Amino acid sequence: MSWPEFGIIAFRVVVTFVLLLVVTVINVWAERKILADMQSRIGPSRAGPWGILQTVADGLKLFFKESVIPRKVELGMYLLAPFLAIIPAFLIFMMVPWGKPFMIGDHEVALQGADLNIGLLFILAMSSMAVYGVVLAGWSSGSKYPLLGAVRATAQAISYEAAMGLAMVAVVVFTATQGEGGTLSMAEIVERQTGTWGDISPVLSFVPRWNLFPQFAAFAIFLVAIVAETNRAPFDLVEAEQELVGGFHTEYSGMRFAMFFLAEYVNIFSMSAIAATLFLGGWAGPTFEGSLPGLISGSLPTIYFLIKTYAIVFIFFWLRATLPRLRYDQLMTLGWKRLIPAALTWLVISTVAIGFRQFGAPWS
Amino acid sequence: MAETILFVLMAMGALVGAVTIVAARNPVYSAMGLLGTLFSVAVLYVLQLAHLVAAVQVIVYAGAVLTLFLFVIMLIGVDKSEDWDEKLPYQRAFVGGLGGLIVLFAGALTVFGNFDWVPAATNTIPEATNGTIQAIAELLFTDWVLAFEATALLLTIAAAGAIGLAHHRTGQT
Repeated sequence: MSWPEFGIIAFRVVVTFVLLLVVTVINVWAERKILADMQSRIGPSRAGPWGILQTVADGLKLFFKESVIPRKVELGMYLLAPFLAIIPAFLIFMMVPWGKPFMIGDHEVALQGADLNIGLLFILAMSSMAVYGVVLAGWSSGSKYPLLGAVRATAQAISYEAAMGLAMVAVVVFTATQGEGGTLSMAEIVERQTGTWGDISPVLSFVPRWNLFPQFAAFAIFLVAIVAETNRAPFDLVEAEQELVGGFHTEYSGMRFAMFFLAEYVNIFSMSAIAATLFLGGWAGPTFEGSLPGLISGSLPTIYFLIKTYAIVFIFFWLRATLPRLRYDQLMTLGWKRLIPAALTWLVISTVAIGFRQFGAPWS
Repeated sequence: MAETILFVLMAMGALVGAVTIVAARNPVYSAMGLLGTLFSVAVLYVLQLAHLVAAVQVIVYAGAVLTLFLFVIMLIGVDKSEDWDEKLPYQRAFVGGLGGLIVLFAGALTVFGNFDWVPAATNTIPEATNGTIQAIAELLFTDWVLAFEATALLLTIAAAGAIGLAHHRTGQT
């Protein structure tokens, strides 16, 4: 490996990491501000203009606070758990292409942490790893509330991961018809969503070629599944304050608590980014190359990506402001008896439809 | 070079994990040792350019099976003091001897090398790719599609059977 290539890889990883940290800081502030607006409050307003530095202030405060270690904890696992929560959260986002690849000399720079050809499988693997942080935090705290929270978290994550995976399968099967052979690479999935549906009918020549339109049911299922997967309202039984104090992180304080908090917001953003990539075309959009300066048309894809992702992040905040928490049996019923059968049914319908389009009716 | 460093690190990680599994007093630490071993082996697969195998290893073993282990360990309660009274009169010595023999055998192989029935590693280094999923899919869905489908059916039957058996027993009591 030559030095320029090594430099490009380092650049990709570092920039992706920094981007994730910056948007997370903004997301925490945005959630508080949006929730405040929806509840007719002002929200954070003191630190910086519109209180935008509130998260930085909170982070500094948590950083300087004492990390209390309760006496009854299982020390090794207690110290390890925050890291197990935060590492998968960051690794997931490494798979998401957040801008159009550009050329420096004769080297291509993809704006993505890494483009694995098992990209989607890697995302599934890492999201199933995320459970460990929660489970071990709950168990090692040596206290009742965290343990209950952890058990709920595991059950919930396992239930909704199945629906999430099945929705992804429908997209993968559909994507295979959009180009040469199937693919699990995130960059390739975005590449195949560029352009419009104009080749189907001229009426649709202004409709972008997003997977959302043919795969609308998969999108709905995926959206519900990712909200549950990130343990957000209305599926936040894991940290239901009224029942469990703080859930799995009750016994954590200071920087260790901040790491769980950070992991939650990183997960929200990465899951939204994955939804935007799979269904809304990621960075795909009109770049007006030639008629605009190169710098602007080069950064437009990143802006499209951020707009699409934030549209979904906004849904997360909106749900939290709107919906009351589900009961536990309702959560399990929704997961196993509604979402998974719906995802399976949609998979069969969409696969049969694709088969008809590709090969014609079996009786003809 | 980088490959060698990574191999040594991950092999050591796998061994440390394996020792933790048997040596840890607390079953949760054993489970974590298993997680470390599975992860290290997954990285070794990636070194062998078997990205798909690595991903499947992490999803199936580390993601699903081990979560189940951990769940069971936590639910049956691990804070009960374990019974350390062993009823293994000669197994320890037996396993120790067997392990010694294997090490001796491997050492002999390294020193004297090239036994006829242990083919030396071929020098064909596969081209570095970004993954092999297309190649696997081609084999899986053309030449071996019958075996693939049969395995899928077998696993479904096994799962359904397990549920049936569990249900039957609770129905009786």
